[in-house]
Amino acid sequence: MKVIQDLKISKKISLNKEHFILECTSVEGLPEIAPGQFAEILVEHNNKVFLRRPLSIHDVNFEKQSLQFFVKIVGEGTRELSLLHEGNTLNVVFPLGNGFRLPDAGKVLLVGGGCGSAPLLFLARKLHEKGIALTTLLGARSETDLMETELFEQFGAVCISTDDGTAGEKGFITRHSLWNRANEFDIIYCCGPEVMMKVVAALAKEKNVECYVSLENTMACGIGACLCCVTETVRGNECVCTQGPVFNINELKWQI
Amino acid sequence: MADLKVRIGELELQNPVMTASGTFGYGTEFEDFIDINRLGAIIVKGTTLEPRQGNPYPRMAETPSGMLNAVGLQNKGVAYFIEHIYPAISQYKTSVIVNVNGSTIEEYVALTEKLNDLDHIPAIELNISCPNVKMGGMAFGTQCKAAADVTRAVRKAWNRTLIVKLSPNVTSITDIAKSVEAEGADAVSLINTLMGMAIDSETRRPVLSTVTGGLSGPAVKPVALRMVWQVSNAVKIPVIGLGGIMNAADAIEFLLAGATAIQVGTANFIDPRISVQILDGISDYLTRHKLASVKELIGGLKI
Repeated sequence: MKVIQDLKISKKISLNKEHFILECTSVEGLPEIAPGQFAEILVEHNNKVFLRRPLSIHDVNFEKQSLQFFVKIVGEGTRELSLLHEGNTLNVVFPLGNGFRLPDAGKVLLVGGGCGSAPLLFLARKLHEKGIALTTLLGARSETDLMETELFEQFGAVCISTDDGTAGEKGFITRHSLWNRANEFDIIYCCGPEVMMKVVAALAKEKNVECYVSLENTMACGIGACLCCVTETVRGNECVCTQGPVFNINELKWQI
Repeated sequence: MADLKVRIGELELQNPVMTASGTFGYGTEFEDFIDINRLGAIIVKGTTLEPRQGNPYPRMAETPSGMLNAVGLQNKGVAYFIEHIYPAISQYKTSVIVNVNGSTIEEYVALTEKLNDLDHIPAIELNISCPNVKMGGMAFGTQCKAAADVTRAVRKAWNRTLIVKLSPNVTSITDIAKSVEAEGADAVSLINTLMGMAIDSETRRPVLSTVTGGLSGPAVKPVALRMVWQVSNAVKIPVIGLGGIMNAADAIEFLLAGATAIQVGTANFIDPRISVQILDGISDYLTRHKLASVKELIGGLKI
């Protein structure tokens, strides 16, 4: 069930210059949340920001009734969110979208490019709880942009690439040597810039591995009413907010 | 509690708060957040005779105090609506109004005839003002003769309440309103979106795939308010006001300007509960101002 709640910011974690985490607590109680689902955040006190901002749900702690948003400052809306601090409230519509479908068995590869790792942490936690073996491949521009590697390490092996070679293998995430043995995996879950996800989709296709990607089209309502966030699928134009954000690559009309 | 009922043609609404077409899906999208049945009416997503894929992504641009859209009437067509959507929404106690679109007069009429078989559609809203389709749409709403022709043809095919939704992208909206009134429209709703565009200075490209789109949100409210005031002074049929209504005060301004009912549109994207909150706000206003009926507000502007 979707809800709209005023969440209380219980913790703010600065990761680096442009990334931070908002941990929010629900007084009314959290609804059921699946990994890969997202939220629409109201940005207040800034007349340049009119629409809510869609953010993936980074992690959930049902014991503490809290959830985390992993935010990269990319524009006016996220910059305004970066000014918030502990004790502030955040008006949030959530959980939205379909989320990642969890397999019952098999080996899983998570691929996160830059802040594309945002929806993958909760997924890694859930997969680990289910006893599914997983490997996480994280890519970033530089070592300083690598965040939360140790959190992913709790749940399985972590491989790293950086564009400048300051950590892990040097080069794009899609050129990591792990791809040579990608056919060992049964399923790939990927989130990151669309150009990167398209290369991952092509690699998955080549290696014949089932692959899911999480899209982040610009959107207004987040609940399937405005029809603004569509992507072209084999079934026609579909809303990323309700039919996605997670799609099997075979559903998408990507030229790969 | 004050009387909230208003009348649009043959249709008596339990209150003047409607939701605007294209901003409220089929109502079902909002069921987790509000009791749909509290609303005066819902106007469902623009429907066409045949399925439409709409325009390519990107279809939306955020603008100061508003947004541009270029959805282009994406919908699964009237046959799908009748088979898969109508059975569920016909159970609503609120009035369900269908927004009717076409590229030719024949298409408008054929679609209207199909809706005739549905008992729980007490009114249609004839959309002659969509700025985001190449054929038809706004072409019918920007010339008096074309507006009159399509209204006359649909009027013959529909004997329940007929609302005509007007475009603000015209020299004189009152002339268009008078033309459709003369052909038997029971009410007019205004305004549809204002045509606009957005450019990305870094890429030097338009933000929307269609270059231009329709502007909505609080940015258009003063224009909408002015047009509602002018039209309600020019016609005898009820005017339904919309354009940037974000709260109860905005809604009351439209009633004072002469609207008999209002539609909440883009605000539904910001807060899915806003339509019923606006309804509650209107009730509070009537109590606070010791008014027995919302009708006392309609056209109550003091000049």
